[in-house]
Amino acid sequence: MEKIRVLLAKPGLDGHDRGIKVIAAALRDAGMEVIYTGLRQTPEQVVNAAIQEDVRFVGMSILSGAHMTLFPAVAKLLKEKGADKNVHLFGGGIIPDQDVGKLTAAGVGKVFTPGASTEDIVKYIRETAATMTDEPLV
Amino acid sequence: MAEIIDSAKKGVEKVLPKSDRKKYEEAKAKWEKELSGAENLDGRKFITVSGVPIKPMYTPDDVAGKDFMAEVGFPGQYPYTRGVHAEMYRKRLWTQRLFSGMGNARQTNERYHFLLSQGQMGLSVAFDLPTLMGYDSDHHFSRGEVGKCGVAVDSLKDMEIIFDGIDLGKISTSMTINAPAAIILAMYVAVGEKKGVPSEQLTGTLQNDILKEFIAQKEWVFPPLPHMRLIVDTIEFGTYHMPKWNTISISGYHIREAGATAVQELAYTLADGFAYIEAAMRRGLDVDQFAPRLSLFFNSHLDFFEEIAKYRAARRIWARRLREKYNAKNERSWLMRFHTQTAGVSLTAQQPENNIVRVGWQAMAGALGGTQSLHTNSMDETLALPSEKAALIALRTQQLIALESGVTNTIDPLAGSYFVEALTDQMEAEAEKIFAEIEKLGGVLAGIEKGYFQREIAKSAYEYQKQVEKKERIVVGVNEFVMDDKIEIPLLEIDESVEIEQIESLRQLRQARDNQRVQTTLAALKAACEDESQNLMPYLIECSKAYATLGEMVDVMREVFGEYLEPPMF
Repeated sequence: MEKIRVLLAKPGLDGHDRGIKVIAAALRDAGMEVIYTGLRQTPEQVVNAAIQEDVRFVGMSILSGAHMTLFPAVAKLLKEKGADKNVHLFGGGIIPDQDVGKLTAAGVGKVFTPGASTEDIVKYIRETAATMTDEPLV
Repeated sequence: MAEIIDSAKKGVEKVLPKSDRKKYEEAKAKWEKELSGAENLDGRKFITVSGVPIKPMYTPDDVAGKDFMAEVGFPGQYPYTRGVHAEMYRKRLWTQRLFSGMGNARQTNERYHFLLSQGQMGLSVAFDLPTLMGYDSDHHFSRGEVGKCGVAVDSLKDMEIIFDGIDLGKISTSMTINAPAAIILAMYVAVGEKKGVPSEQLTGTLQNDILKEFIAQKEWVFPPLPHMRLIVDTIEFGTYHMPKWNTISISGYHIREAGATAVQELAYTLADGFAYIEAAMRRGLDVDQFAPRLSLFFNSHLDFFEEIAKYRAARRIWARRLREKYNAKNERSWLMRFHTQTAGVSLTAQQPENNIVRVGWQAMAGALGGTQSLHTNSMDETLALPSEKAALIALRTQQLIALESGVTNTIDPLAGSYFVEALTDQMEAEAEKIFAEIEKLGGVLAGIEKGYFQREIAKSAYEYQKQVEKKERIVVGVNEFVMDDKIEIPLLEIDESVEIEQIESLRQLRQARDNQRVQTTLAALKAACEDESQNLMPYLIECSKAYATLGEMVDVMREVFGEYLEPPMF
């Protein structure tokens, strides 16, 4: 079976990368192929990287409070480029409960908040991957 | 207790006369036998939050051979293990300082007046991310970030509003900013001047610690070398024009938050401090001219005794290095003053009220460790910016510890504890090993370029997470004693109008100011950047007074200095 490819990204100006690096190591140890963009990516850069790297998942971490701007921006760009069917967007960070619903409505598959375990995230990716059809990307 | 350690100098025999030694060994053997059957039945691990194994009990054996005067001594005296002042909290309590700032300058000014009216003793400014990264509010990178995790400062105009009605000659201000720190300091000097307070009278602290940004928090603009030049510029300027100002707060807080262990926090932070000292000495400054105004900033994490030992060890290492390696002659150069903040990373989003208790003992560790100032986190910080109520409880926590608990009655009350002294020694020894490692890599800057710190910290963070997930480490409310029902607490929301208003206010500023003067001062700044022999502070002050924006100043500097990109790694 082919490895699940995941792009992990830190959009915006936020430099708090402890969480995303822990997730990156955990997904790697769970046998996935992880591409980490590094810091300070614009939504455009994140979406371009997702398409170039041919990933099925994009995970973003935002702790600065800009989640309501950046998540929808990435979701919208994925849609505009026709990649939203093949690429699943998820994320996490300091995100109040009342925003989680709005983000899922905006196209974010799942939002993990503080206290989520890496096992939950691995499980979530595997289960979602099993439901995805393997269509080639645009 | 002091006598016990004093006499332990030449071995346990001194503490325990020969006749008693036999009894001691017998009692110890009996205890060990009883212990071996009863210990660890529920599978808990007896390690600190940093993974350091802790013995079931500490005895005179653990401090045998300790030289009391060389290693513990008296407060206000070398090596300052017991504290930097002779009187400590009997004369003056630590400064209760809550880090705050949100939305626009006006909202922040209102919060400051509220906190001061509630007994807070100094201000501590949190800036928003665009400001921290050197972007104006109307830059496209600032979208969605304006006023979110601190106050937006685009120009001197915002600083004037933030400090409106506050006497800068009396209130000390701590400003948490690093990459554009020199610019913010320039604006503060300009604001002081406008209020009739000369720079010589300004008191406070600028974080201004770029090394820990490269290592942990990742808020830089330029490559390391020009950033180091800017820091030495502020140290030099402070030496001649701001004698009461702490020009740099060498910070372990963020290193710890990023995942470092207590020992890593201790060693990396002090190593950064030594790197700044060496850079300033290379500029030609005498160590005694600037070292008394260096201050440090540590985390207070969950493990109570480990944190206390860390502060005590830090003071001792600092004093020894300053005196022995850098040949500082002034006693004030030897003493390490520090600020403490409780560990944000230890707070949980689950059952957030529990965080009040966590913050309580973390703050008490800071007090028992002899901190000079303290920030207590609010219980809701894993969810959003602190609400006014949560911030007030955090402030009250400090007041309760200072005035009700009794821990401020005597200085360094844990000195002489076999455990705390042994742990303090162990901290120092482990830190020395890390200093040697950094030395071998070629110093702090080389370590950053090689990704050494970043890798070590990420490794520690991952280890910690694995322990939590395997339940080797219990986090109440997260992996044990979990509750399904959510506790609702009111959160502070920064609405979008803040960004819109800030951008509008910036637009008006750009129209109203004397743009010719802005261009002239910016051109002078650029020329100074190109000339390594120039201190940039006077140029930045001129730009600030002309209402040049933060982003405009950074842009000019970026043209000369370039940018830094970190290779992504995990």
